[in-house]
Amino acid sequence: MKQEQKQAPKQDPRPETQNTLARRQFLNSVVASGAVGVMSASTVGVAQAADKAPAEPKKPSALPPSGQGIKNESGMPHEMSGRVHGKAGSDFMVDVIKTLGIKYIPSNCASSFRAIHESLIDYGQNVMPEYINCMHEESGVAMGHGYFKASGKPLMSLCHGTVGLQHATMAMYNAWCDRVPVIVIGGNDTDAAYRPPGVPTFHSAQDICAIVRDYTKWDDAPVSLQHFAQSMVRGYKIAMTPPFGPVAFSLDAALQQEPVKEKGGFMPTIPRYIPSSPPQGDTGAVKEAARLLAQAQNPVIVVDRSARTPKGVDLLVELAGLLQARVVDQGGRMNFPKTHYLSSPVSVIGNADVILGLELSDFWATVNQYTDNGLNEGTGTQASKVKPGTKLISINSAELITKANYQDFQRYQEIDVSMPADAEATMPALIEALKSAITNNQKGQIEKRGELAKKAYAEEWARTQAQAALAWNASPISTARFSMEIYHAVKHLDWSLVASEGNVSNWPSRLWPMEKHYQWLGRSGGYGVGYGAPASVGAALANRDLGRFSVSIQSDGDLMYAPGVLWTAAHHKIPLLSVMHNNRGYHQEVMHLQRLANFRNRKVNNGNDMGPIGTSIENPDIEYHKLAQSMGWWAKGPIKRPEDLGPALKEAVEVVKSGQPALLNVWTQPR
Amino acid sequence: MNYAIQKIKSSASLWTALVLLSVTQLSYAATAKEGEAAYMKHGCWQCHGTQGQGGIAGLKLAPNPKPLAYLNAFIRNTAGTMPPYSEKILPAADLASIQVFLESIPASPDPKNLPLLQIK
Repeated sequence: MKQEQKQAPKQDPRPETQNTLARRQFLNSVVASGAVGVMSASTVGVAQAADKAPAEPKKPSALPPSGQGIKNESGMPHEMSGRVHGKAGSDFMVDVIKTLGIKYIPSNCASSFRAIHESLIDYGQNVMPEYINCMHEESGVAMGHGYFKASGKPLMSLCHGTVGLQHATMAMYNAWCDRVPVIVIGGNDTDAAYRPPGVPTFHSAQDICAIVRDYTKWDDAPVSLQHFAQSMVRGYKIAMTPPFGPVAFSLDAALQQEPVKEKGGFMPTIPRYIPSSPPQGDTGAVKEAARLLAQAQNPVIVVDRSARTPKGVDLLVELAGLLQARVVDQGGRMNFPKTHYLSSPVSVIGNADVILGLELSDFWATVNQYTDNGLNEGTGTQASKVKPGTKLISINSAELITKANYQDFQRYQEIDVSMPADAEATMPALIEALKSAITNNQKGQIEKRGELAKKAYAEEWARTQAQAALAWNASPISTARFSMEIYHAVKHLDWSLVASEGNVSNWPSRLWPMEKHYQWLGRSGGYGVGYGAPASVGAALANRDLGRFSVSIQSDGDLMYAPGVLWTAAHHKIPLLSVMHNNRGYHQEVMHLQRLANFRNRKVNNGNDMGPIGTSIENPDIEYHKLAQSMGWWAKGPIKRPEDLGPALKEAVEVVKSGQPALLNVWTQPR
Repeated sequence: MNYAIQKIKSSASLWTALVLLSVTQLSYAATAKEGEAAYMKHGCWQCHGTQGQGGIAGLKLAPNPKPLAYLNAFIRNTAGTMPPYSEKILPAADLASIQVFLESIPASPDPKNLPLLQIK
């Protein structure tokens, strides 16, 4: 570990006070001139040019410049000369970021991080990380969300510390709930005495990270370059230690601009990042869990975000195979192969005598039924879904980062063996303990259980096929037909279903033969609508580099939150097949309003739409294909007849294979 | 609640006969068309799909729908996920025509004959 190494500190010969004074004098002169933003930008441009060649007389502008303007634009102010000598602090920050191997920075530009922005693209040459031009901070963070789930590597987003971070918050909350690391840096003019007035002051705060503290693992506000280096490495380490999660930084605008200099006899150094090992379950608890599972007559494994890596899938297959236990995959990740005969529907929970829950976001709702039926003064009814005496075992790392305010921890559930630990990291020990706990007498019973599971799997598959065939030729297109047309268009490729928003009755997870961990990346986590489009683009960016073909089921409402991400995909040549599940409404809310009206014995008011007022997206219908075309996508639509979908998909797949994004606007059944 | 259910059961045969009589006075196709309009107007499509195929939010209704008396007893009194539809919200005549519409929906293709569903 080399935390701090003494180096020769002789990069900027000017005393600190002179340097600081020059900057402050410059800011004062800008303030005096009145037009803060414009003047400062133009003056910097002139200042840089002045280093290279003598100043040329300026051409006349539309309005005659003021005396101060003439002065600023016709030469280099004396007090500014040499202001940029030495290595800029933001250049050092780029050095720090480069050590962490962050590949992209999807961000929406902002003056509060202009210095690091300039360093990234010029000093850092815009590689590792490469700047990805986003049109909304929510898009930038959500791109990082999707990117991580496809690649296992985190991205960083830059934003204004106030208004930009406010835009980014929902995406950060989704990432928090989905246990995904994203690194978010908000620029901030911290020093009120020297902060430029006007926009930069509106965009400054005492504590910008306060707004996201409830749903980040950690945040910091470095006050020196050495502090920045240590905090970045620490933050990266915290974000990347299971349970993963977002971290945030307040990055002072002045700190970005000040030169790298010696402090206390040391130049800033960059600590080495060494990953922490994930938390593993207590040995005694693991043995007790193995004992219960070995003795169970009908053990069931329920998983949500269990498999963090491909190894996680393999471990779960081994564990389930040892027990011949049915596995219910709730779909937070692709945890268990759909083609495995132990892959089971949720109904098997009712017959379990021991349930092992791995990284469940909601154990209560796994074993209890809530019915929104308007009874009990509108609060609905609840009942157990499991037999009395069913033993519950939980391995869940989210218990280690539970916070008070936001309620993503869900209702309290009594658990018989509870391990606040990472499921994937605990699995090898559990498998070994299980091998020891299973007696020879139990092996015959386990084998028999497997035979029954094979039969049940075949029967379930036949039922699913029959359900999928219903309304096969309907227009708008049934969600089953829609899903299977897409699958057959991509099945010969190394496909990755990067998102499926808007609910197509879970047909992809019921019918697609998902086996690899990247073939399904899960959902938003926090159910914050607007995740699908940017997360798909982010995942497609990762998959582009990994040679995979990305396909997304894109809902209509989700796309309209921040459609500018379509432009980002086209601009950066991110290949993505986006097939729209366009049911022309916020369909979850369509049903909620209908339900509430019925509970109150009132006829719901649809106005002139198909669904209750305020829930439909029609009159006029949005032409998503034209929206996509306007931002550089190949797109077609609206496709309403099922027989037209296959040929359109074939065309779109060829476009995506050529490296471009393609969108099909498909009118679908509601669910 | 029980009293209400008993009342519906006791009047169901008479009620059904009356409705069936009115249905037979119209052509089956015309009633099915009216039923489709009522099915859409009253929001049945929202959970059950425009062809009654069902999905994650609602059960399959067609093909081979439940008899009218069953539908009537269920939707007026359900305390499950499906919200109840009183006669004020869904008049009996509309329900009857909806049932005819559901009956008119043809059988689905055999999944074995659908190449897109042959995965394994």
